[in-house]
Amino acid sequence: MNAAGDSDNRQGRQAGHDENDRAPGIVEEARTPGAAARSYAIGLALSIALTVASFYVLGTRLVWAPAIPVALLVLAVAQIGVHLVFFLHITTAPDNTNNVLALAFGVLIVGLILAGSLWIMAHLDRNMMPMR
Amino acid sequence: MAAPAADAAFAGDPYHVGLEGQSGIATGHGEGGPASERVIVGYGFWLFLLSDIVMFSCFFAAYAVLQAATAGGPTGRELFNPGRVAAETACLLLSSFTCGMSAVATQFRSRRWTQASLFVTGLLGLAFLLLEASDFRDMAARGAGPDRSAFLSAFFALVGCHGLHVSAGLLWLGTMMAQVFVKGFRTDILHRLICFNLFWHTLDIIWVAIFTVVFLLGLGA
Repeated sequence: MNAAGDSDNRQGRQAGHDENDRAPGIVEEARTPGAAARSYAIGLALSIALTVASFYVLGTRLVWAPAIPVALLVLAVAQIGVHLVFFLHITTAPDNTNNVLALAFGVLIVGLILAGSLWIMAHLDRNMMPMR
Repeated sequence: MAAPAADAAFAGDPYHVGLEGQSGIATGHGEGGPASERVIVGYGFWLFLLSDIVMFSCFFAAYAVLQAATAGGPTGRELFNPGRVAAETACLLLSSFTCGMSAVATQFRSRRWTQASLFVTGLLGLAFLLLEASDFRDMAARGAGPDRSAFLSAFFALVGCHGLHVSAGLLWLGTMMAQVFVKGFRTDILHRLICFNLFWHTLDIIWVAIFTVVFLLGLGA
């Protein structure tokens, strides 16, 4: 540790803030409007491709029929990933750790709610007394 | 930002990962002082959006459980129209893109392009809402309102909740256009624009889940 160098560096910083940190939803490294817009353009192109694929898979015989729901879910998860990366700019960089951890916790809760509800309700349904 | 000389030294290591403690500029370790207000505002709103997604997941769970409970009424296969769903999806996806363009325009402080992008975003959002409203009206006219079966109650709760979010987003969008017009790119207005962008992109993420789980899986069943 170089304590003297640290404090020098800290005093030289604007308003004492860590300007290297990044908020979700912002691309700062882009120097020109074209470079900043490119991320959104790539995201739009990938999203359109995945959306068209989803609608195509629905009416095709290319995919084995019982596997179509799984294919649709995989395409949806892929598109959500595209949106997170190219529209919300969630990255794996160290300055994004807080955003990624919050997202991971959200995904955990969503998974618990969805899987738990389906599991418990299917179980209750199977063990129900016949209605008549 | 670091001095230009330091920038050059960290060319292959933009986040100074390998130099934590030596340079004092590794990010995310508190060595550079607290994060700026903009970062904290974005992070706080991101937490709210994740809680909103958790709320939506409850509606999704209810829908998934009640999907087959049609009580002898119409099923999703009979009710959903893939063409309309595709049109709604296109509106929302394009509006997400134009919303991103407004963020780019804001980054480069162009009021005219920010306003134009937000306006197009609003028009596309409005088109989405009108399409969805006419869908709901048609379904209700065919006797497939929310009171027909548990499946339809869950359907209207989930899709209607998303529609309400889009309506709230449109009101917010109009407010932001007025604020940019009157107050310009003040710091607090910039923070609100960041939050609005995050909100609008998140609505599109939820719509991706809805059109897959509700409409496409419903049509394929």
